[in-house]
Amino acid sequence: MNQWDELQRAVTNGRVSRREFMRRAAALGVATSIASGVLAKAGFAQTPVKGGHLRVGIAGGSTTDSLDIRTYTDTTMINISTSIYDGLVEVDAKNQIQPELFETLEPSDDATEWVCNVRKGITFSNGKTLDADDVIYSINLHRGDSTSGAAGPMRPIKDVVKMDTHQVKIALEAPDADLPYVLSDYHVLVVPKDFTDWSNPIGTGGYKLENFEPGVRAILTNRGGYWKEGRCNLESAELSVINDDAARMQALLAGEVDVTHRVVVPLVDQIEAAGNFELVQAAAGYHFIMPMMCDKAPYDNPDVRLALKYSMNREKLVQMLFGKFARRGNDHPIPESDPYHNNELPQREYDPEKAAFHANKAGLGPKDVILSASDAAFNGAIDMSVLFQATAAAAGINVTVRREPADGFWENVWLKAPFMTSYWGGRPAATQMLAVAYQSSAPWNDTHWKVEAFDKLLADAKATTDQAKRKTYIWEMQRMLHEQGGALIPLFKDWLDVHDVKVKGHTPHGMFDLCNSRIVQKAWIEA
Amino acid sequence: MLKLLGQRLVLGILTLILVSALIFAVTEWLPGDIATNILGQQATPENVAAIRAELGLDRPPYERYVEWLRGAVDGDFGTSLANKRPVADVIGPRLWNTLFLAAYAALIAVPLSVFLGILAAIYRNSIYDRLVNISTLAAISMPEFFIGYILILFLAVQFRWFPAIATFKPEQTFTQHLYATFLPMLTLVLVVIAHMMRMTRTSVLTVMASPYIEMALLKGLSKARIVVRHALPNAMAPIINVIALNLAYLIVGVVVVEAVFTYNGLGRLMVDAVSKRDVPVVQACGLIFAVVFIGLNLIADVLSILSNPRLRHPR
Repeated sequence: MNQWDELQRAVTNGRVSRREFMRRAAALGVATSIASGVLAKAGFAQTPVKGGHLRVGIAGGSTTDSLDIRTYTDTTMINISTSIYDGLVEVDAKNQIQPELFETLEPSDDATEWVCNVRKGITFSNGKTLDADDVIYSINLHRGDSTSGAAGPMRPIKDVVKMDTHQVKIALEAPDADLPYVLSDYHVLVVPKDFTDWSNPIGTGGYKLENFEPGVRAILTNRGGYWKEGRCNLESAELSVINDDAARMQALLAGEVDVTHRVVVPLVDQIEAAGNFELVQAAAGYHFIMPMMCDKAPYDNPDVRLALKYSMNREKLVQMLFGKFARRGNDHPIPESDPYHNNELPQREYDPEKAAFHANKAGLGPKDVILSASDAAFNGAIDMSVLFQATAAAAGINVTVRREPADGFWENVWLKAPFMTSYWGGRPAATQMLAVAYQSSAPWNDTHWKVEAFDKLLADAKATTDQAKRKTYIWEMQRMLHEQGGALIPLFKDWLDVHDVKVKGHTPHGMFDLCNSRIVQKAWIEA
Repeated sequence: MLKLLGQRLVLGILTLILVSALIFAVTEWLPGDIATNILGQQATPENVAAIRAELGLDRPPYERYVEWLRGAVDGDFGTSLANKRPVADVIGPRLWNTLFLAAYAALIAVPLSVFLGILAAIYRNSIYDRLVNISTLAAISMPEFFIGYILILFLAVQFRWFPAIATFKPEQTFTQHLYATFLPMLTLVLVVIAHMMRMTRTSVLTVMASPYIEMALLKGLSKARIVVRHALPNAMAPIINVIALNLAYLIVGVVVVEAVFTYNGLGRLMVDAVSKRDVPVVQACGLIFAVVFIGLNLIADVLSILSNPRLRHPR
């Protein structure tokens, strides 16, 4: 047994600190690169290396993309913008709020007013120094009659007032202890006051946009001196839009991109067999849903809703569509990755007997259940519907699957058909998810879940900063949805990225894939 | 003959006008209102009305059609609704990409298929004839995306000879362009070659059955000379027509190949534009495709008239 082996074992077991390990390895004459490789395997974060060029194969881009941050809807533009701009706050990998251009956010006791300090000493790419006016202008871009994608979540903001050159006060219509999560919306980025020329972006981010062809590619180059420690390490990055799933995977396998995302599950084996790639899997809030409108027959009968919930064979569905890259849903929208996930609710299992019992109790007829399905909702929606039809038939429930055209699905079917296939992207805060889809007044309440007690709980949860109380309220809301709600939520899908082993700093994130769309900011390349 | 050519030209233009009206009408009827689509969640009735007025959608369709057509003739297709850039700027580079790939594939596929077809006619029913027939038919029977994936699997992923994504980069040299687009070109060649090859073979063989060929044979001319000098000129008309059809396909019908190889051509632009209801871009793409299709057919007509002495010198 030589000393080097022993030292490696010691560091892996955590008996030796990182610093101590490096010192002793050097004393043994081990090369630094080998020693840091061992550290990486032992779970120690390596120090990022500066420089290098990262090639990202990215989906969700279109020729119709615009650089106006208010129009963003998909991954490509979000990843570009997080390289050029900074937000007010950042959500970390554990779904906790971290300061960004807001250094601190302090709520008043009733959480209706927030005093926020703007970080000092930050400069825009045009040389201007960041101050409160820039922040106010940037928030107001999404307020009022704005066409911004963030206009909905920002509506409760009553006013943004300048207190000082580096301090603003945000006043709310109603208390919200989760305001920082609202501000973490990917549309909310900081630009200089009166900025309007979107095609020539000016931001505080670490990169500048060298070249941009909508729906084709973007080239970003480091502008140096970024304020966040350990971030923006790359010399340059190239984002190539590859929307076709198979083409994106082939580009990775052929070595033409270093990182890609939305990995196609059937290709996982092939990627693993190639040997030089690492998958990055993250549990998150993206989920499939089959909303039943609680005020439309036959779904206005709680027994019908329960019967259908018991008719879904979630285990088989997960296994069939995504293998180990998805988790069963429990008929409420809060994912395991959320700190407020109610983990004491029993998992809803496939139970044809219970399903038959509730269906009979409700007197469900053979032609009553019509499921409007389309793969426009998500890839595999038709497969899921057909499987659901079969497992429901085993319980004596007849489901008619009506295939809807993909084109115009969201305009013509969503929020119109009483029972359909759909999805929700996760929200950073549990209260946001519950507010956007389950509050009585929410325009996107696709289950027509209008329950006063629920609204009251939601308002209370938003109004209190007491963690224990918040947990009680949010857990109770999940229980209500699980037992009575109109949401049949079969599964939560994990984000699945992949990178070449030389790419570091690309780690799982509970919000979005590609490090919560900050891949160019966070990734670095091992020398 | 001039009268004949003139007729064709006038017919071509009439067809084009008809098609342009059709394109305009169909995009009018596309489900989903443009104004609500632009506004999304913010689609209050007042906002919708304002946007409709801004885009001129409140005016009668025929007025807008005439205006659009007049602009299109001048090369002005309006402004993209999605990113507010002039449509001509959006389409320009894409059109060039599409034409580049089509020309690349055509320059290889057309001579190759005519050559293979003539050889097949000369060595009719030989092993060679059977082989070339079977292999080209096999290639055409597979969907183009499947051929594309097979080529990627072997030539890009296994052997790494060619890139799997054929993205055009301005900093590339011409040779690098050719290299980058090799796989989509090969896919297209495999897709179009059978049609042209078999048409060449068939039409040459049809002519070969006529008495004057028998005469040439009796004169003791070699088979190759008979085919190339005596049969081929008379067999040209149907070959030209098939070539024109395939050239048109190479420009207007390759959206699937573009998707497989992430090639940024006009087809993908149009699909993007349709899904975002970016109507000016859709209309412009549709019109360009129509011009290409009608134009190539017109050229084919003219060439087959020119290649036919009876039409060239009518009595």
